[in-house]
Amino acid sequence: MDHCYRAIDADPRFHALARARSRLGWGLGGVMLVTYYAFILVIAFRPAWLARPLSSTTVITVGIAAGVALIVLGVALTGVYIWQANRSFDARNRAIVDAARRAV
Amino acid sequence: MTPVRRLRLPPLVGGLLTLCAGVAHADIGTAIHNMFSLPADMSHLKPTAVVMFSIFVLISLLITWWAAQRTKSTADFFTAGGNIGGFQNGLAITGDWCSSAALMGIAALLYSYGFDGLIYSVVPFGAWPLMMFLLAERLRNLGKYTVADIVSLRFARVPIRTLIASASLAFVVGYLIVQMVGAGTLISNLFGLNYEMAQVIIGGLIVVYVAFGGMIATTYVQIVKAVLLLSGATFIVVAVLLRFGFSLDGLYQAAVENHPTEEAIMQPGGLLPDPVNAISCGLMLLLGGAAMPHVLMRFFTVPNAKEARLSVAWAASLIGYFYLLTFVIGYGAIAFVMKNPEFLDAKTGLIRGGANMAAIHLASAMGGDLLLGFISAVAFATIVAVVAGLTIAGASAISHDLYANIFRHGKATDAEVMRMSRIAALSLGVLGMVLGIAFKDQNIAYLIVLPFTISSTVFFPVLFLSMYWRRLTTTGVVAGGWLGMASGVLMLVLGPTIWKDILGHAEPLFPYKYPALFSIAISVGTMFIVSLLDKSDRAKQEIAAFEDQYVRSQTGLGAEGAVQH
Repeated sequence: MDHCYRAIDADPRFHALARARSRLGWGLGGVMLVTYYAFILVIAFRPAWLARPLSSTTVITVGIAAGVALIVLGVALTGVYIWQANRSFDARNRAIVDAARRAV
Repeated sequence: MTPVRRLRLPPLVGGLLTLCAGVAHADIGTAIHNMFSLPADMSHLKPTAVVMFSIFVLISLLITWWAAQRTKSTADFFTAGGNIGGFQNGLAITGDWCSSAALMGIAALLYSYGFDGLIYSVVPFGAWPLMMFLLAERLRNLGKYTVADIVSLRFARVPIRTLIASASLAFVVGYLIVQMVGAGTLISNLFGLNYEMAQVIIGGLIVVYVAFGGMIATTYVQIVKAVLLLSGATFIVVAVLLRFGFSLDGLYQAAVENHPTEEAIMQPGGLLPDPVNAISCGLMLLLGGAAMPHVLMRFFTVPNAKEARLSVAWAASLIGYFYLLTFVIGYGAIAFVMKNPEFLDAKTGLIRGGANMAAIHLASAMGGDLLLGFISAVAFATIVAVVAGLTIAGASAISHDLYANIFRHGKATDAEVMRMSRIAALSLGVLGMVLGIAFKDQNIAYLIVLPFTISSTVFFPVLFLSMYWRRLTTTGVVAGGWLGMASGVLMLVLGPTIWKDILGHAEPLFPYKYPALFSIAISVGTMFIVSLLDKSDRAKQEIAAFEDQYVRSQTGLGAEGAVQH
């Protein structure tokens, strides 16, 4: 197994895959963290921003809409990740592992 | 989560002493008598609720019987043999995540505080995408049975497992008390059964599920419960929206007219008293939610990283959907329960059974006895299933981490570990009952802060840094983990909830309700500093071992029980 790990570590395709995966993960994670923390900070420091109704004809406030939007955003981001991972990462990973197995 | 309110608890000694003292103070004879006696007034027994709950119990016992035939090895016991599919696991995770607090607690918060209750729907949900992007696949690729397996890949076995297993048990016991007390109270309201009897029923069921059916039974019971919970909640929401011709604005308008604070229920208020608490609470929910041991354990029940990813995607979607339903259920309760004399105490004018009953009363208002019975059974099933999930997480910490790996130095046979797991499940079941009875009639909402503080302070930093930071060493993990946990518990005890409200001191010694921000800083800071200062040979080996661990975490090569192709 150790030799296999060495072989994979020496494969530039492995590092390209790890980079691509980490770029996607941190990119989406960053969007998520920033929006969620923005929500918490607005509640903490500027609650009035969320207290406004969406329009003059409704009682639904910006806060309620933002809450719904955050949950939908979270689900959508996981969707993006899984789509990308299924589309490309799995096949690339398999190719790298197979090559390492053959080489050892 | 339910709001932390004034406690009617005598000023006992803090921490574990409180538990023991509580048992001693309660009249044990009365407790035991109550345990086995039927309620004097049988008219409180709600037939529809009892019938539906009995059906659930019957199905769950059949599942357990079926699972017991398939539980032959420790791998079956702890991880269902790694044979659970992504969708099934997603449902089971949803079940583990959505405790009764998710349905009744959030409805109660919304009913009392309006918008602020939504914070407890929206913010914890953020843990899911985070788990997907940063943890899920790596966890599956590195793990075997428990969280401690991941961390002990490159760190010293004994100190690391001691830390993680202790933290897991503290987490499990804290969470267990909340669930057991919630269950007892609920059941006396719903079924008319007495509190002690409820504890015995739940404790007994859990021991049977976990000891005989292991992870297979726990998973399928959890799946049944998740389906019941999601369909029950959907049913209420459809019924509520039907009354307003599916106009959300109509519903919210009605809620605003009914609530004493009117428009304020649509706006952020004072539930999070100041920015530091808000930030700390947010951090606790986000990171703590992403690293709960009974949820993380589920990643080891699927065959590979791809299925782990799929489970998170399903869990995130289903949990997100459920939280969106709470937006309607909470305000629905304001609209239909708050001014309805049927659900109010004739003397005080307050909601019967407390705010936690808001969702249940709403079910009754929407669908009469039939829906009331169904939702009551769902609530009970929810508690039973969550307690089972916690119990198996606790049992694995005891039998796999402490017994097999530390006490027996990895030399225990499969049969011995299985026996120890069953003993552990039985002990946890009994402990749950005892604590449930000891904490009867006490407001234990603050106890939910303890497990979340532990998971955000210990599990998340340890897992995250061990996967992402090469320089982390055993000494760093151990120092940071213990210091973080100890400081978190200390700040909680000295804080406003325990020191001031429970123990009755005039001023808290630590000013914030949520210590997570500080305890995380202490644990992560210590891990960084101590690891960097660690120049031992052991540390050099651990740093060198990062490479192999990294390759395995990325590719899944060498993962236990993983299907490579």
